[in-house]
Amino acid sequence: MQTLEIAGREFTSRLFMGTGKFSSNEIMKRAIEASGTQMVTVAMKRIELDDEQDDMLGHIMSPDICLLPNTSGVRDAEEAVFAAQMSREAFGTNWLKLEIHPDPRYLLPDSTETLKATEQLVKLGFNVLPYCQADPTLCKRLEEAGAAAVMPLGAPIGSNKGLRTRDFLQIIIEQSGVPVVVDAGIGAPSHAAEAMEMGASACLVNTAIAVAGDPVAMAVAFKQAVEAGRMAYEAGLGAVSDGMVAEASSPLTAFLLD
Amino acid sequence: MNVKVNGKEVSVQGTTLTDLIVQLALPQNGVAVAVDNKMIPRTQWSDYILREGLQIVVIKAACGG
Amino acid sequence: MFSDELLKISWEETTERINAKTDADVRRALSKERCSVDDFMALISPAAAPYLENMARLSRKYTEERFGKTMSMFIPLYITNSCTNSCVYCGFHISNPMPRTILTEEEIVKEYEAIKKLAPFENLLIVTGENPAKAGVPYLAKALDLAKPYFSNLKIEVMPLSAEEYAELTRHGMNGVICFQETYHRENYNIYHPRGMKSKFEWRVNGFDRMGQAGVHSIGMGVLIGLEKEWRTDITMMAYHLRYLQKHYWKTKYSVNFPRMRPSENGGFQPNCIMTDRELAQVTFAMRIFDHDVDISYSTREPAAIRDNMATLGVTTMSAESKTEPGGYCCYPQSLEQFAVSDDRTAVEVEAALRRVGREPVWKDWDASLEASSFSLNGKNFSPNI
Repeated sequence: MQTLEIAGREFTSRLFMGTGKFSSNEIMKRAIEASGTQMVTVAMKRIELDDEQDDMLGHIMSPDICLLPNTSGVRDAEEAVFAAQMSREAFGTNWLKLEIHPDPRYLLPDSTETLKATEQLVKLGFNVLPYCQADPTLCKRLEEAGAAAVMPLGAPIGSNKGLRTRDFLQIIIEQSGVPVVVDAGIGAPSHAAEAMEMGASACLVNTAIAVAGDPVAMAVAFKQAVEAGRMAYEAGLGAVSDGMVAEASSPLTAFLLD
Repeated sequence: MNVKVNGKEVSVQGTTLTDLIVQLALPQNGVAVAVDNKMIPRTQWSDYILREGLQIVVIKAACGG
Repeated sequence: MFSDELLKISWEETTERINAKTDADVRRALSKERCSVDDFMALISPAAAPYLENMARLSRKYTEERFGKTMSMFIPLYITNSCTNSCVYCGFHISNPMPRTILTEEEIVKEYEAIKKLAPFENLLIVTGENPAKAGVPYLAKALDLAKPYFSNLKIEVMPLSAEEYAELTRHGMNGVICFQETYHRENYNIYHPRGMKSKFEWRVNGFDRMGQAGVHSIGMGVLIGLEKEWRTDITMMAYHLRYLQKHYWKTKYSVNFPRMRPSENGGFQPNCIMTDRELAQVTFAMRIFDHDVDISYSTREPAAIRDNMATLGVTTMSAESKTEPGGYCCYPQSLEQFAVSDDRTAVEVEAALRRVGREPVWKDWDASLEASSFSLNGKNFSPNI
């Protein structure tokens, strides 16, 4: 399999993992290890002064893993830039999953604010990976703004519905000059394999692993699905049908004499 | 002198941001601090003199996708 | 710049890959909605020859899906045959002791008026040789200005320019640029283009990047068939180039041409290879299956019968009643042509023939006055972003 390069860093695993919704840090840690992932998202929260401090990061940190802090919770570009600066200070990394969703119900990304924030954050030296609508034009705009990759959604976040935006993802993959990471909506390993077969650079999976009956086993399933899909893409998929249109009685090319 | 940390009233014993972090037994790493919505890099904490009524936010890592 | 990309693609290896394509490769390519350049190689390879009929059907299907049953019509006007280049195959070769003409402003207008009497042409292609000192950007700008009252869509086919110059001409109403790379074979390129500005391969091949940077709306590409014996390789390089440009300059519309050189054209240079009609059809179908949206243009170099038949099978743009000498429509109808046309029917005859095969000739499909810059609101849209 070809290695994936984003912002100068190489990844041999094309499965990115989110850390939300696990029943315990311990299970999360084991799932991360089992998945072989090298890119893990984290969020930020205000410290509760009276609570005992858990060591969530300690369960993730490893030299093989690139931490991808997100800006979850921000509602516009201004808040995103502030969150990004906090994240760089807290985690000591320029990597950033930019997500701006003012809508608390479906958590759908705000395209206008996302583009605006990307432009500003790139200037501030961040490796910006924006979570965005599966909008091919927007993705080109984000690329021009300097995004290190684009992360279009497959379906509403957490819905596990698979690649509902398939036709648009296909166009994004075809046009993009930066890696395309399919984010949100991937509910089963078959969905991840499908995205990879289409030529996606990577998949980001969270809910489908975290809420599985056995998250560790599901992490392995996703690892294998992403690898299988990528290998199939690189190997060149065979004919789906034989692509032949029925012969008509009067051939179209009869005029060609030589 | 009182400030608000993550929305909670705190009576400050020292004078600088570093003093406050120590007082609250917060970790030095894996956190970021903002005062009145402006991020203060940790290199400036020891010089940052606190004033009455400042709004201080301290964040750290959390689980998320 | 594309010249850097081209360095990564080996000519020899590409030729081998095309020749190694199998029946299975062709069938796989035919079954795909979206073909890669690798699939394109299969479709133009000898292995695809038995599938010509299938390819024709697919090509027609995709063309009708995107373009409907239309044919966009244009007419070229050569405003000068003055040229400082030495292209060995071209009638305007600098050493050719022929009379040189640079049409005056008055003559240019007469030509425009003569063209408008032929048919309701709205798409004009202004063509020159390469003589920047005597017929450079200011001359082109003037020709564009003069054309505005007569035509709604103006393209140029001239020497490669700088991004600033493309942007400048855009401000004078230019909507598209056609430029044939002629060949992507870097070493052999200079055999055909030994002297003059055109001998600079990189300047020419990167001209397309400069057009894209200048925000040119429409870019036309072409490989001159008859230079490289391995024309399949040359056309594959153009397919790579097309994909590269589409990715980088994604707001631009692209067109492709496969001009075929004929034996003893202009008496001098003999083509190194002859592409048969069947091969031309195969390449045309392959290009359509490879790219459903690209404009495929056939000029009057091609015979009437080929044009009429291919009009329903993938071709989307055609010229008609073209004269390839400066002043050919009115002022100097007898001067030397750049190349001989094969289809010498009138535009009215071509129109009737297209209607007979069920194609609607479209004379005007775009109007420059719809551009924001025409309202002089924000001409800055067209400054090159380099």
